[in-house]
Amino acid sequence: MVQFNLPANSKVKKGQYYKDNTGSKNIRKVNVYRWDPSKNENPRIDTYEVDMDNCSSKVLDILNKIKNEIDPSIAYRRSCAHGVCGSCAMNMNGKNGLACTKAHSELEGDIDIYPLPHLKVLKDLIGDLSTLYKQYESVEPWLKTTKKNDKENIQSKEDRAKLDGFYECIMCACCSTSCPSYWWNGEKYLGPAVLLQAYRWIIDSRDEDRKERLKKVADELKLYRCHTILNCTNACPKGLNPAKAIAEIKKMLATA
Amino acid sequence: MSAYKIIDHEYDVVVLGAGGSGLRAAVGLSEAGLKTACVSKVFPTRSHTSAAQGGISAALGNMGEDDWRWHMYDTVKGADWLGDQDSIEYLCKEAPAAVLELEKYGVPFSRTEDGKIYQRPFGGMTKNYGNETVQRTCAAADRTGHAILHTLYGQALKHNTEFFIEYFALDLIMKDGACKGIIAWNLNDGTIHRFRSHITIIATGGYGKVYYSATSAHTCTGDGNAMALRAGLPLQDMEFVQFHPTGIYGHGTLISEGVRGEGGYLVNSKGERFMERYAPNAKDLASRDVVSRSIAVEINEGRGIGKEQDHVHLHIDHLDPKVIDERLPGISEASKLFANVDVTKEPIPVVPTVHYNMGGIPTNYKAEVLTVNGSEKTVPGLMAIGEAACVSVHGANRLGSNSLIDLVVFGRAAAKRAAELVKPGMKHDEIVKSETDRCLERFDSLRNSEGSNPTSELRLSMQKTMQSKCAVFRSEKTLKEGVDEIRKPYDGMDSLSVKDKSLIFNTDLVETLEFDNLIRQAITTMDSAYNRKESRGAHAREDFPKRDDENFMQHTLSWCNGSKTKISYRPVHRSTLTNDVQYFPPQERVY
Repeated sequence: MVQFNLPANSKVKKGQYYKDNTGSKNIRKVNVYRWDPSKNENPRIDTYEVDMDNCSSKVLDILNKIKNEIDPSIAYRRSCAHGVCGSCAMNMNGKNGLACTKAHSELEGDIDIYPLPHLKVLKDLIGDLSTLYKQYESVEPWLKTTKKNDKENIQSKEDRAKLDGFYECIMCACCSTSCPSYWWNGEKYLGPAVLLQAYRWIIDSRDEDRKERLKKVADELKLYRCHTILNCTNACPKGLNPAKAIAEIKKMLATA
Repeated sequence: MSAYKIIDHEYDVVVLGAGGSGLRAAVGLSEAGLKTACVSKVFPTRSHTSAAQGGISAALGNMGEDDWRWHMYDTVKGADWLGDQDSIEYLCKEAPAAVLELEKYGVPFSRTEDGKIYQRPFGGMTKNYGNETVQRTCAAADRTGHAILHTLYGQALKHNTEFFIEYFALDLIMKDGACKGIIAWNLNDGTIHRFRSHITIIATGGYGKVYYSATSAHTCTGDGNAMALRAGLPLQDMEFVQFHPTGIYGHGTLISEGVRGEGGYLVNSKGERFMERYAPNAKDLASRDVVSRSIAVEINEGRGIGKEQDHVHLHIDHLDPKVIDERLPGISEASKLFANVDVTKEPIPVVPTVHYNMGGIPTNYKAEVLTVNGSEKTVPGLMAIGEAACVSVHGANRLGSNSLIDLVVFGRAAAKRAAELVKPGMKHDEIVKSETDRCLERFDSLRNSEGSNPTSELRLSMQKTMQSKCAVFRSEKTLKEGVDEIRKPYDGMDSLSVKDKSLIFNTDLVETLEFDNLIRQAITTMDSAYNRKESRGAHAREDFPKRDDENFMQHTLSWCNGSKTKISYRPVHRSTLTNDVQYFPPQERVY
């Protein structure tokens, strides 16, 4: 019988254990995925004992505490720390989210922190999002209009309201990297993040390119790899609904 | 020194930073046919422009009569007469066109009943030269910065701007007092890149992270400012640090001034709407320095809220939940996440929090960098825009919603000026090897630090010193102590510890380089504050409570070499750009 195995170099090994040295009575174990591209070693899970009596409420606070006080070599992206820049997207106890908005009190037991799933890892928790960014570019995320006057476009409140729930996307990639279809066909399927962005321009009443935009995504692989699994909507840390955006695009195509 | 692989590039213009101003400049440069590189340490939409909430000011007059001259007067007064009025005229006059352009680019602005861009009231924005509140701040709900940043990135893609993303800039390449490009470290693969360019535009934002509690992102480390200092150039008006009145207590997350614009108000522990006492006309919509000081006084006099009596409350629970939902949805979300407050039922606990740097790299209204050598001179090949620059349009205190407009007006101005100065394909100067060597020696020595002081400890010590010695209220005593104390973390770099020696996404080293940048700006901020013996705008001295126009209607210039600073001054520009408006002479500033 055929046996399937991970390649030897991608097996995740047990890493270092950093014991608490503060004497705290309130310790939480935090397991973090580590991989250093400059060393010829397998990925590993390092475990840190973290003093929760002196740690603020979010998972990012834990990581910052580890980096500041225990192990400065740990690498992750972070910036705004309040859920608008999308840098610190990662997988926490099996679910994608933003470390800066995820309260660790909502996670049970030991905390497991991994990079976003199915991305090429660049280092530790830093994933390679370049494919997703190229796909974003491919939907031409800019307003297309032939109007050349100096005045603003008029847009009714109702038409503007159609963008609510879609323009707020922060491109953190939590949705796309939680989608099994995107895992398998990530090179060709645009994925929920990019399709949500595509939809945001398709429904902008100021845009004059709706038909072309629809035509461009109406593709077996680009669009129809969505099988309404809904992991995307479940993962979105901003409470957006990429699955709905995709369904709306399909509906527009079906009724066009 | 280790051998580093160096990759050379040639561009007409290099833009350093991909926030609102950098992207707007890059779009203009690409449109003008100039070969443009945009270098950023983070992916463009991660830039801190995304955190701007309330809006972008421009006298469009969509919500009643308005005039760019009124906007100019408000900005001059908000700046406490430290702004250069030629630049302020340019900002306010160009603002409406710059906002309409953003709308054309696709920014999803909120709308009025007749489908125009919605504008809300904001602090210090008035009608008819200070008379009553005007609605001038154009808003996309309370996510205006996010909407603008994403739209500008789309435009840059449309114009095929070449991006170098997750490249950390190390230093400017200078030759005979002119800038010839930059050197940057590619975090993705560890290579060093040398960009030669006719013009380098610094758009690296503010340096809020010199403080412990700031609304600023972790990445707001003013890297471009520090590069200018290392190139022997001065920074201007560094003592003017804006404390936003409403950061969430304990966490520092920004709560937009738009909240007060939509009718929110502050109360103390006695339930008093105390702003009525400090600013009888503008009340909660006085300018930020005034509101922050008022909160600080309430707390200092024992009328703060909470166990420690160290914050106040911001109420919007009286507003129609529909209005909150439509215009302030992000605020509701942030309050829930970081203060566990349902804003429709409870007040938000807030405290003045470091938010913006009025100071930065001195420029004229064309975005050309200035230095002083006898008189004002431009630095060939170098421009600065956005929060990194000090044009100076914000003077001693910036008005809310004037920062986003600053980004796009001067981003556009920089591109225009560059297109006048550079013709596509012009030949590049030779650069001297010593500049690369000097840059890589610093890089290599920091990377190989084997001392005992972790970067995080030195950073914390710097942040705590700035927080306690250079806060809302300052005095000779605190500043003198600050001048001494702030040098300790600098000296601590003699025995720095950097554990990670690798070159790919070595964030230990990134943070060390950022600290090296921050500490120089902390020192110039403290020394500039110590030397300004008056109160003006955001710089409030308990020992010099009055503004002193005779001695200090001047911009501070500070050079920094190691931990040694040189402080000098240049006069504020006391004339307008054109005859379209008259110069506004200094007046007493009351709201």
